[in-house]
Amino acid sequence: MPTLTLLLMDAPYEQARTSTAFRLIDAALRRGVGVRVFAYEGAVSLSMTSQKPHANAVHGRTLEEEAHPTPHAWVGALIDLAREKGATFDWVNCGLCVDERGANEVVAGVRRGSPADFWKMNLESVNTLVIPTR
Amino acid sequence: MSCYLLIESRDPFESKGFNQRCELALTLLGESNAVTLFLLENAVLGARAGAKAAGLEKLAKAGVCLLADEFALRERGVTELAPHVTAANLDAVIGELAGGAKALWN
Amino acid sequence: MRVLQIIEPAYRATLEEQDDTVLWFTRAIRAAGAHADVLLCGTAVNYSVRGQDAEGMRVGAWSQRHPPAIEHELAKLLESGARVAALAEDLAERGILTESMLPGIEVLGRKSLGGLCAQYERIWKW
Repeated sequence: MPTLTLLLMDAPYEQARTSTAFRLIDAALRRGVGVRVFAYEGAVSLSMTSQKPHANAVHGRTLEEEAHPTPHAWVGALIDLAREKGATFDWVNCGLCVDERGANEVVAGVRRGSPADFWKMNLESVNTLVIPTR
Repeated sequence: MSCYLLIESRDPFESKGFNQRCELALTLLGESNAVTLFLLENAVLGARAGAKAAGLEKLAKAGVCLLADEFALRERGVTELAPHVTAANLDAVIGELAGGAKALWN
Repeated sequence: MRVLQIIEPAYRATLEEQDDTVLWFTRAIRAAGAHADVLLCGTAVNYSVRGQDAEGMRVGAWSQRHPPAIEHELAKLLESGARVAALAEDLAERGILTESMLPGIEVLGRKSLGGLCAQYERIWKW
């Protein structure tokens, strides 16, 4: 099974790139392509389990009705999808970026690493896409 | 020959960088490479019929494959596409990546 | 495997990080064995200028001990054998003359990018 590596940089709720990245990973896994993610800088916050959904008073929606997305739930959903498809899925947070941002409590299965891990992931993949921040 | 996947995510009208990257696409094509330009997010604003994105038309005429994310098109109400752009889903990006295309994201 | 790091944005969070995080990343993957070279374009061509000084940031009683030292980072990359280039047209737009640049940085024209890209298996645009 071919594997792709993606490097993400953006923190949640800031850029369209975040949802595009998750859509890309979803598309890859659905077609049986394994994915390795290296989360750099703000992207380490994507897997933080302390994210909480909220109600939306402007729209008159309760917490349940609003069903506000939390990227950590997306990470969890991708882990489940990969398992269902029998595809490789690995998510590594850059450790120094985790320390700076206090992003220590993360989705089970997400691990801590370094740029050396990214390089290893790249070597083990057929291709690597860097999605830069601005 | 190499395959290149140039992913554009930004509004092509926001800065001159877009035209410079179109020139890069032409340079790569001219050196006997296959080049695909995939528009997503705000870059799809250049794909609307009537948009003054002359750079895109030039790329298409030269032989660059121009694709636009159908989700992003729909999200932005781009219902009529310029004739030289084809709507596609993100599978097209995954296909190019899995095929080894050198991929640059702008 | 040869990698070209194309760096366009500059001075983004460099004071908070005390580094340009992409130059830092490049040094880190080179230390892990990557053959990674750098092309500076857009705003990042200004990284090639000598005399950048980010000393003196203070917030209340806090003052910065290690401001980002971009010239030092590029010099270290060059010392380690990395090729570092800057785009001629972007330098010219910003009035950056060759004599004001760090020695060792190549100046490449936009027309040479095709040939440059052909030399690398991976091209990562930041």
